[in-house]
Amino acid sequence: MSDEESGAGGESAEDPTNSGQQFDRLPATAADREVPGRATREEVVGWWEERFGIPPETFDGFTFWEKGKGKIWAFHGDTADPIRIEGLGMSFLRTRQEHWKPTTNAVQRFGREASKNVVELSGEAAKRFAAGEDQEVEWDGDWGYLVVAHELVGETEPMGVGLYLHGELRSTVPKGRQESLPVLD
Amino acid sequence: MNPLERYAPLVDDEEAFFAACERPLPSVVRVNTIKTTPERAREALDEEGVGYEPAGWHDEILKLDGRSPGTTWPYFHGWLHGQEEVSALPALAVDPRPGEFVWDACAAPGSKTTQLAALMDDTGLLVGNDNNLGRLSALRHNAERLGVTNLAVTNQDARNFSLKPFGSDQFGGRESSELDGAAREAFDRALVDAPCSCEGTVRKNPDVLDQWTMDHVYSVAGIQKGVLRRAIQATKPGGTVVYSTCTFAPEENEAILSHALEEEDCRMVEFDSPLETVPGVTEWEGDEYHPDVTKAHRVYPHHNDTGGFFCAKLEVEA
Repeated sequence: MSDEESGAGGESAEDPTNSGQQFDRLPATAADREVPGRATREEVVGWWEERFGIPPETFDGFTFWEKGKGKIWAFHGDTADPIRIEGLGMSFLRTRQEHWKPTTNAVQRFGREASKNVVELSGEAAKRFAAGEDQEVEWDGDWGYLVVAHELVGETEPMGVGLYLHGELRSTVPKGRQESLPVLD
Repeated sequence: MNPLERYAPLVDDEEAFFAACERPLPSVVRVNTIKTTPERAREALDEEGVGYEPAGWHDEILKLDGRSPGTTWPYFHGWLHGQEEVSALPALAVDPRPGEFVWDACAAPGSKTTQLAALMDDTGLLVGNDNNLGRLSALRHNAERLGVTNLAVTNQDARNFSLKPFGSDQFGGRESSELDGAAREAFDRALVDAPCSCEGTVRKNPDVLDQWTMDHVYSVAGIQKGVLRRAIQATKPGGTVVYSTCTFAPEENEAILSHALEEEDCRMVEFDSPLETVPGVTEWEGDEYHPDVTKAHRVYPHHNDTGGFFCAKLEVEA
């Protein structure tokens, strides 16, 4: 789509809203918020710290953007705002639902810094998670979205996002990323 | 007739050339240094008992024994990306630095784009453009799987690419002081990995020769000229533009460079190829090309046991 086409409709300036056509920078804080319901940078960085213990400085140098309601993207750098393009950095987090949900790719990229709500699987359980299967797992921590990790060449490596509810760990690995992999010792 | 026969006069050893074109290619992966190191990727393959052989000329390229890379743990983690060995050449020729503003004009499905991102340490601004929306989803999928976060994905016709989304009216059209801090005027570097007749991929996809026609060569040549010229216009003086194809046809290679050298302010520059190559040709079927096209690299399948390739480096002049 060209700029001319996408801009032709013109948007009402008086009622700022979310657009599925462009990336809008997240406001720094709630005081800067113009679009109702939009997450702020402070909330996003704070959420990763509170939920997973990821230090806020991990995201120094990143800017955060919303395209489509609640779809937050992380871009390692800065650019014009708003910006009407197809992709900007990495799809990172879903907000505007009761529980915010990180993407598999974001957890693989940033989850090594996580120090809480990380469930480590081994052998068959790790294989089942990567294949997209749900399974019973013993976990006495918080319910909700967890970083699911396993050991790979001597270090803990995040595989993706699990949803832990009622003794069951659901794999949220997207279909296109699911794989039947060997069991590691 | 096998279209490859038209290149017999260009190669040093016809028999070896045709024999190599009939052999299948090994499964090759590039290690994604955004997520891991070549050492750890090799250890992870060892842990799984997957056999591999380093390509030798580049630390990040491994040839796998038989197995498809998709069914390994390091692939699942985005540590590996399936990429033909010779296609690692153009991003190395672009030689981008961390923090730069770089354009990949024909980016999908993204092997070279993600390699550029890794060379930039995933910093700066890398614009991955493609005119085909469907192919862009493959680019986005690959980039996200590999953890790339410095990429902006655009869907424009590269022949008249505009920086308007990035806050600039046109290349060089405004003083930098007028631009807001985040806006950018022109690229530091650009890669044109042009759509082509793909003869060089015959070892991966033998069907490519069945679909080959001279008309197709001429039609892609028109597009190639347009995209390369735009890349030169969009790159700042002193900046680098790399032109590559996976074809042997001089009509799509040296002829396109000659056209750009005549029409735009740019010059050919030499660069070292870690693979064995031969120089670009200055004469072909009665046509003569610019003498400097000999600075380009032709890669034939029998020289390094790879696919066929063409790669040239240009510098934009003031």
